[in-house]
Amino acid sequence: MNIDLYLTQAFAQHALLAGGLVAIACGLIGPFVVSRGMAFAVHGTSELAFTGAAAGLLVAGSPVLGAFVGALVVATVFGTLGTKERERDSSIGVILAFGLGLGVLFLSYYHGFATQATNILFGNIFGVSTDQLLVLVTVAIGVLVAMGIIYRPLLFASVDPEVAEAKGVPVRTLGIVFLFILALTVTSAAQVVGTLLVLSLAITPAAAAQRLATKPSSITLLSVLFACTASISGILLSLMSGTVKPSIFVTAISFAIYVCARLVGTRPQSIARE
Amino acid sequence: MTKNKTLVELQSATLTRGNHELWRDLDIAITAGEFIAVLGPNGAGKTSLLKVLLGLVPLTDGSVRIDGKPAERGNRQIGYIPQQKNFDATLPIRGRDLVSLGVTGNRYGFGGGHQTARQVNHAIKAVGASRYASQPIGLLSGGEQQRLRIAQALAGQPELLLCDEPLLSLDLTSQGMVTALLDGYRREKNAAIIFVTHEINPVLPYVDRILYFAHGRWVIDTPERVLQSKTLSELYGTQVDVLRIHDRVLVVGAEDEALTEAGAHHSHKGDIRDEH
Repeated sequence: MNIDLYLTQAFAQHALLAGGLVAIACGLIGPFVVSRGMAFAVHGTSELAFTGAAAGLLVAGSPVLGAFVGALVVATVFGTLGTKERERDSSIGVILAFGLGLGVLFLSYYHGFATQATNILFGNIFGVSTDQLLVLVTVAIGVLVAMGIIYRPLLFASVDPEVAEAKGVPVRTLGIVFLFILALTVTSAAQVVGTLLVLSLAITPAAAAQRLATKPSSITLLSVLFACTASISGILLSLMSGTVKPSIFVTAISFAIYVCARLVGTRPQSIARE
Repeated sequence: MTKNKTLVELQSATLTRGNHELWRDLDIAITAGEFIAVLGPNGAGKTSLLKVLLGLVPLTDGSVRIDGKPAERGNRQIGYIPQQKNFDATLPIRGRDLVSLGVTGNRYGFGGGHQTARQVNHAIKAVGASRYASQPIGLLSGGEQQRLRIAQALAGQPELLLCDEPLLSLDLTSQGMVTALLDGYRREKNAAIIFVTHEINPVLPYVDRILYFAHGRWVIDTPERVLQSKTLSELYGTQVDVLRIHDRVLVVGAEDEALTEAGAHHSHKGDIRDEH
């Protein structure tokens, strides 16, 4: 298909813009998701966005509103249930199972078109409306600004919590703030690209970046770059193919970048000693 | 000789955790330039004392002042070395990032710049860690990580150093290196050091006074006076013998393995915490 023709279309432009914004936000939080061991929290919040969307659809007729309110509830629950990694993961598992069940229940009481709720699970990047785009722009800018402000204390709290606390960094509060940033990012991303893609944009690029760089700022930069590359080129390839969904390309490219990073990674995995 | 100022002052300080009283009516004054070793069995409240000085744990009763001001979080006069614990190998920071975070990690927003970089480089050089400071911290040996921890604590030029078991799980050479680095800084800057430890022998040559906790009681005095069978027997309320073998001190009868030979440290794994 002629890609030039597609690029003049509003739906394709929206998709590329949305994909790019989501990738920037996901790429930014990715290194912290990895270093704080929160991959499962990403998975949990992204799937629970479905429950929020279903509830929003049923109560207010708005899946978007539901998903965002749901994300805030989920972040609060995760934040209060436990801060230690192992404890946190089991409580996320508990909430996730219960929440998904609740989502199916909500949906069974809803007698309209449920496509909007199921779109949260699988995403529909070629159906991004101007309103959704506006939400994404807001979230992406919000994440960018918030991460810029808390970047250093959050890094300190993530890698060296004891000294950070002694130096006056509010370690626990920052953890909860990050949880909210994560929930907002993941929910807005899930609406557009689906749960599947959120994982491959919030975790895989950061994991790949860590294989290639040792400096924290370089890791973050590479993570954003990889996420954008996977997202944009995935959408373009999907447009060209005409039949294959962008999710498939994005996850494949993201994974390919990760494999390459593992193969060519220059970051030492151990230090040779005599 | 100039009169040294009082850096730490505890008056009638009492700390209770739950229903358990850790220590009561602690009255101590620590002056600039002093090296204080804090000893005692597990759970006696040694780590908690450091947390009180850091402003992280409030006293149940009494008062604590750091350089004349009430203890508060984020005091820039204090350098802190937490219990020795190895960094995870996958942690996305280098040694120099750890040091740098110790200087600017509590600041929000961007900035920092050249002055921080100079300060960080200087601190890394001072502990002799320049060669491996740009490696991921989790890949360094325990001794190398501890050198960088010291650089982190010293980079801010603190007047008071709080060290929580900094020798734990280090080999003898590294133990000697750590204590020598800290003592060198103390002499150069006339800083005070409060050094929580299980093993008195590696620090004995440097120590001015020992603060010894046991069973809610405490004693603070010179090593010669504290490390006496009579003093420790009274503190523990049971027969405790202090033996001197060459220049090493061995305490027998305290239910804890505290104060045993430095070589016996392998019984402490890095992840065993003193108290919570």
